[in-house]
Amino acid sequence: MLETKIHNLTLKNPVMTASGTFGYGEEFADFVDLNRLGGIIVKGTTGERRQGNPYPRMAETPSGMLNAVGLQNVGVETFCKEVYHRIKDLDTNIIVNVSGSSIEEYCKTAAMIDELDNIPAIELNISCPNVKKGGMGFGVNPEMAAQVVSEVRKIYHKTLIVKLTPNVTNIVEIAKAVEGAGADSVSLINTLLGMAIDVEKQRPYLSTITGGLSGPAVKPVAVRMVWQVAHAVSIPVIGLGGIASAADALEFLMAGAKAVQVGTANFIDPAVTMKIIDGLEDYCKRHRINDINDIIGII
Amino acid sequence: MRKYITDFKIIGKRVFNEMYFSLVLQHPERLPGIDAGQFVEVEVPGNKQVMLRRPISIHDVDTENNTLTLLVQVVGKGTKTLSCLEIGQTLNLVYPLGHGFCLEGKNVLLVGGGAGIAPLLHLSKCFASKGIRPTILLGGRTTNHIPVQKEFEPYGTIGFATEDGSLGEKGMVTQHSLFTNSYDHIYTCGPTPMMKAVARYAMQNNIECEVSLENMMACGIGACLCCVVDSDEGHKCVCKEGPVFNAKRLTNWINK
Repeated sequence: MLETKIHNLTLKNPVMTASGTFGYGEEFADFVDLNRLGGIIVKGTTGERRQGNPYPRMAETPSGMLNAVGLQNVGVETFCKEVYHRIKDLDTNIIVNVSGSSIEEYCKTAAMIDELDNIPAIELNISCPNVKKGGMGFGVNPEMAAQVVSEVRKIYHKTLIVKLTPNVTNIVEIAKAVEGAGADSVSLINTLLGMAIDVEKQRPYLSTITGGLSGPAVKPVAVRMVWQVAHAVSIPVIGLGGIASAADALEFLMAGAKAVQVGTANFIDPAVTMKIIDGLEDYCKRHRINDINDIIGII
Repeated sequence: MRKYITDFKIIGKRVFNEMYFSLVLQHPERLPGIDAGQFVEVEVPGNKQVMLRRPISIHDVDTENNTLTLLVQVVGKGTKTLSCLEIGQTLNLVYPLGHGFCLEGKNVLLVGGGAGIAPLLHLSKCFASKGIRPTILLGGRTTNHIPVQKEFEPYGTIGFATEDGSLGEKGMVTQHSLFTNSYDHIYTCGPTPMMKAVARYAMQNNIECEVSLENMMACGIGACLCCVVDSDEGHKCVCKEGPVFNAKRLTNWINK
């Protein structure tokens, strides 16, 4: 009833977890049956270990939060040697979010992940707003986006998802460029660049001044962009941005997403993904829908 | 240690003054084991301006009545909203979280300041159950900044330090006459400058010291990486690897 496909991947249901909000899955094992998820996008992984940005890295804003973590992660070698062996036998799609500051770094990481049997896909993150070099720099320019995707495509042989930034004038142009460069799927949206100021202390809340906005506040922007992109490309679209309920997930599906990712909501209710899957099942029963694909892209 | 997400019922509330209140929360079934120094992530009901849970340390645990007590300082809109909750309402907790105090030592000093005295009550009781009576030093700007006082009396030798002299000795906890007695372990929770001063003293005198940090958090379970401290081994999540750290791991932080 809930099964969907993203390129070569079969998802038990369209509910995945967004990179950077679900650790390596293990952190949520007490709250969630990880094997029930459609997929887990693990923490953004780079060529070398990264410390990320200084504290403070987070600020709560109306219906959302700003973060400036800055891709703190153990690096691809430790991921392959240690983390992978702890999570590889989970019965779900484990997808690695691959981040970097240069095309060489993206390619190095992607090539190492390509060797891991139980990682069927990567999500190429050309949209992180919180790193000084690279990151979003690649994702805001169609030529550069296409270039990094085509270089990774040459060395990466499995499903290649490209994660897009909303901080652009025309996201459709970027989506088409990465489709043309060989992406198998696009996921959107990454966080919106934002800023908040503590007026009592007369300084920004974040050490980096600006950061990425996520949570329910960004959902209407994300639904709009998913709808625009889904109508413009022929590869499957994965929708994310502020999803906290089955109704939110359904909005993205109806707007054209073949699957969704749940992010910030995991911080508020660590079991929220199970409730969303239950809610989708319930919705299908109530509306006598035998196949969730029947409502994908109906708008 | 397994973590849970559970609705608790508020069965007790005490308002100390405009800054501090406590809530007694009852679990529907048997409470799991909870280490001194662990914390809960509390959902803040009824305020659309507050989306994220708030991390609150566990002040007291009563395994006979299956209750937890949270001692809370009003510092922002989340804690302000929590202060308006009444007996009978439910509160959703993710708990028990983080890495608590190690409970080692025979000659033990606990140093708390302001809201940082919260975890020290459960810690005092844990020491009592091991037959150890710590020295407990509690500090604050005034007596009103030390909301819980006589509750500590059964569990150790108590000293108070206030900046205005309204309770105990006048001055900082680190200037208190009991502070420089001979100890093998010091456990501290409170304002950052106080903890740094305590940790520096401990390290200079080769005394084992644990500090309990209080950074802003989102998830509370080590996923979002928002609450990091710049430890000697790099950024570490206060929610997962802390909130209690051995001071030896934090020399960067202590000397900054």
